[in-house]
Amino acid sequence: MTEAMIEIAGVSKTYDGRPIVTDFTLSVPKGALCVLLGPSGCGKSTMLRMINRLVPFDGGTIRVGGEDVLSVPPEALRRRIGYAIQSTGLFPHWRIEDNIATVPRLDGWPAGRVRDRVTELLTLLRLDPETYRGKFPHQLSGGEQQRVGVARALAANPELLLMDEPFAAVDPITRDALQSELIRIHKETGKTIVFVTHDIEEALRLATVIVIMERGRLAQIGTPLDIIENPASDFVRDFVGVQGIGLKLLSVRRVADRMRPGESAEGEAIAAEATLAEALAAMVTRRAERLPVADGNGTIGVISLADLVR
Amino acid sequence: MRAVLKTPALWVGLLFAALLVDMQALRPLFAAGFPGVKPEIFSRAGFIELFLSHLGLVAVSSAAATITGIALAIFVTRPVGRDFRTIANMLATIGQTFPPAAVLALAVPALGFGPRPMIVALFLYGLLPILENAIAGLEGLPPALREAGQGMGLSPYQLLRDVELPLAAPVILAGVRVSVTIGIGTATIGSTVGALTFGTPIFDGLAGNKLPYVLQGAVLVALFAILTDLLFALLARRLQPPG
Repeated sequence: MTEAMIEIAGVSKTYDGRPIVTDFTLSVPKGALCVLLGPSGCGKSTMLRMINRLVPFDGGTIRVGGEDVLSVPPEALRRRIGYAIQSTGLFPHWRIEDNIATVPRLDGWPAGRVRDRVTELLTLLRLDPETYRGKFPHQLSGGEQQRVGVARALAANPELLLMDEPFAAVDPITRDALQSELIRIHKETGKTIVFVTHDIEEALRLATVIVIMERGRLAQIGTPLDIIENPASDFVRDFVGVQGIGLKLLSVRRVADRMRPGESAEGEAIAAEATLAEALAAMVTRRAERLPVADGNGTIGVISLADLVR
Repeated sequence: MRAVLKTPALWVGLLFAALLVDMQALRPLFAAGFPGVKPEIFSRAGFIELFLSHLGLVAVSSAAATITGIALAIFVTRPVGRDFRTIANMLATIGQTFPPAAVLALAVPALGFGPRPMIVALFLYGLLPILENAIAGLEGLPPALREAGQGMGLSPYQLLRDVELPLAAPVILAGVRVSVTIGIGTATIGSTVGALTFGTPIFDGLAGNKLPYVLQGAVLVALFAILTDLLFALLARRLQPPG
């Protein structure tokens, strides 16, 4: 059993007597990419903002890294937790470098270390450090601003990253690129990430764990595959969407799970890590019914059209 | 250098300074412009003395109005002070509605003759534009800035000092600019209660039927107001955040 990064126990929140989050309990293991998913008004954003105490909660306990969040001053708590939001909230009068350096400077890092960290983060987010560090936010595109927002959230090397619909306001192509970046960054850094979205496709693509919320309560928790194959209630089934469920299944299953090891085929290989949807797309464009499958060490097997529907 | 020469503030400032130092030089102009009127130059007090006294009045009252206005605006835009917003605005509006001449009349019995009643009148008159602009500037910031700042762990004070005030500064400054410019014109009536201002030659000229006195005072106060406004414009350009 992996250690829990966040333990939420029996947390409730009401606004003017109206329940927003009710008796919510959740444990997020270290290193997870946990997506809080649900329709608007289901309390997912409020739940996220209670973790770093931007919203006070009425009852229950929240622990981050084993420590009760109420036992530390809110500013100290927030500096240990990265936070990225949809509208980025970059400070328009500060250069990119200063925006990213916000928390390290609050923590009193020496100037040289701050500078190195900014270079490192811009590189991690695939923005050329020398081109971007001196620019102002308004000189960047929406996608670039969002990258800077993520870099800023990671700046002080927090163990936990909270993201509130960070990619909801960018165009689909940019969103796709940002999602890939986030998956890569998650793999490279091993950070625990809690990510709020109402977009089921985004959740299926990013999550290691999906938490579906319904009117302030936990409706289901599971891996993307669990959620699609075994929806716990009609609500989850409807929300995940009955139509196109076959395609969604293809987009969460991996080639590695369905391939025939040891066989071989002609043509360009597809990665074992790729989804079945990507394999299907490759078959359609190449008019091939069999594709070789490769991992980092070379060809390891074959996937055929029939394997997709097994 | 060329850029400096193109600055209107420089030329207005030079003209203003020249008139302060040597109004006598204009005697032929008055003689030519008003034949039949004796081309007298106001001499009960020196023009530089008038200027310094006028400047002092406006500086003291505007500084007080600026500090009070910004402090009030900060207070009523915080969670603790939100309830006082309407009251603060109402009080400032009353101050603005009350004519400075009436404030003067009421203040003289309490404060005596001289600059003090005028400072009170100017302070009350100048408070509203500063308060209103400061509130608008602070409230007009995108909520995401506060949310992101808080989320990163900035304290409320750091958020105010590093984010809210610098970004609201251009709007706040615009309020101060209006307030000070109006204050320079209004301060002239201080001469009716014994404060020395550019109003002094104006009122002396009106009382003694000496048109050149009126002109001298009026031209100087106009140049003073224009020059101040131009200097504020320069400052505003420096405060404008990028983007």
